[in-house]
Amino acid sequence: MEQKGERLCADVGKCLHCGACVGSCPSNSMYLNEVVLEFGEECTLCKRCTKVCPVGAIMPKGACDDG
Amino acid sequence: MGDYDIVVVGAGPAGTSTARWAAQNGARVLIIEKRQEIGSPVRCGEGISRSWLDSVDIRLDSKSVACEVKGAKLVAPNGTPFYLSEKMAGNEVGIVLDRVFFDKLLARYAIRAGADLRLKTSALGLIREGDRVVGVKARSFGETEEIRCGCVVGADGFESQVGRWAGIETSLAAKDITTCLQYRLTNIEQEHEYCQFYLGSVAPGGYVWMFPKDEETANVGLGVQLSRLNDPGEVKAYLDRFIESQPGLRKGRPLDIVSGAVSVCAPIDRTVGDGVLLVGDSARQIDPITGGGISNSCKAGKVAGETLANATREGDFSTKSLERYENGWRDLLEDHLYRNWMAKEKLVTLSDETFDKVIETLNEVGVEKMSTLAILKAVESRHPDLVKEFQELL
Repeated sequence: MEQKGERLCADVGKCLHCGACVGSCPSNSMYLNEVVLEFGEECTLCKRCTKVCPVGAIMPKGACDDG
Repeated sequence: MGDYDIVVVGAGPAGTSTARWAAQNGARVLIIEKRQEIGSPVRCGEGISRSWLDSVDIRLDSKSVACEVKGAKLVAPNGTPFYLSEKMAGNEVGIVLDRVFFDKLLARYAIRAGADLRLKTSALGLIREGDRVVGVKARSFGETEEIRCGCVVGADGFESQVGRWAGIETSLAAKDITTCLQYRLTNIEQEHEYCQFYLGSVAPGGYVWMFPKDEETANVGLGVQLSRLNDPGEVKAYLDRFIESQPGLRKGRPLDIVSGAVSVCAPIDRTVGDGVLLVGDSARQIDPITGGGISNSCKAGKVAGETLANATREGDFSTKSLERYENGWRDLLEDHLYRNWMAKEKLVTLSDETFDKVIETLNEVGVEKMSTLAILKAVESRHPDLVKEFQELL
């Protein structure tokens, strides 16, 4: 069972708002409203976004610098 | 129908080109752009060739051109260069753009043709009637509104949200995604008359580029195939490592950081639906070898705009009506995209030793022009064994 604490977040200290993660997400569960990156309920935790992010900004929730 | 026949989501080259040609031919067009400035932040290496600009009626202004180069330099993993000079390239000079100005130039063309443009306006979703798209839900300066129209154009880049919302299959395999990072490095030493490409394991499944912006400044970036990446932040580590390895770059410092991803896939099956059309990066029209998207976006945008103006006159935005675009852009680009995707599938498997031999061979035999096919043919003439994997392309 997926728990809330295992979900992902974008570290605001690293994220460049480029959308590389959004366009790569196989479950269409990410949305970038200019600078705010949101993760949807459809996230399967495949973690492709953590690899595609050129600067490594996406990480497990709790590990992020939330600004 | 509302105030507009066409709403274009995204004001990059694909969106503004589509808007320009649609408006010029009589359609009422609105472009919405989520950012506050056209062309910024830049998400691009900015290198283009000049050959296609006339075909889409683009006349570059001086601000849009950062630098002209007289050729390309390919660098083997062992450091051996191969120069593709102006003469070999048929006096075809390359251009390094300033996208901040270039994108505004294209936006001005669209506005002059009659298109409307709103900044700081994000698309949130599509409005549908049955299977038909009839508008877009948008948020503009804190206000949510519904904008009705005959056709929504997804020109929203790699993110391709409009396509996803419309149910058009644009999803990508990991091997067909290249993830990129670039610094605009200043205080560097470079051969500023050449666009440089470093091949091999410095950027697995991709390449390093170095495109001059002026004598002491260049866009230095790289792309790595997503299927070759394992750890978060690896792309940045590859780029930092490359810069540190180059004496001419080591003392350079970044004026900006550009990140992003590009698709390097085969052409997708469908780019239109009832009341919806995709163009540019969102339609996965990027060249799978170079990762370049500007020329294809402008060419496809012209076909899209002309198709949409026609559809407006006929009052028919059905899939069938929009097939003129589907067929039109494929006539222009599909063979080339497919061929280059096939070539990419092979190129990503080559070892550093093979790249070394390829560059060595090119220095022996020369090459007629800057194209994948011309390079492969040149290598074949001396070392057929090196390119036997590519036989079906040759």
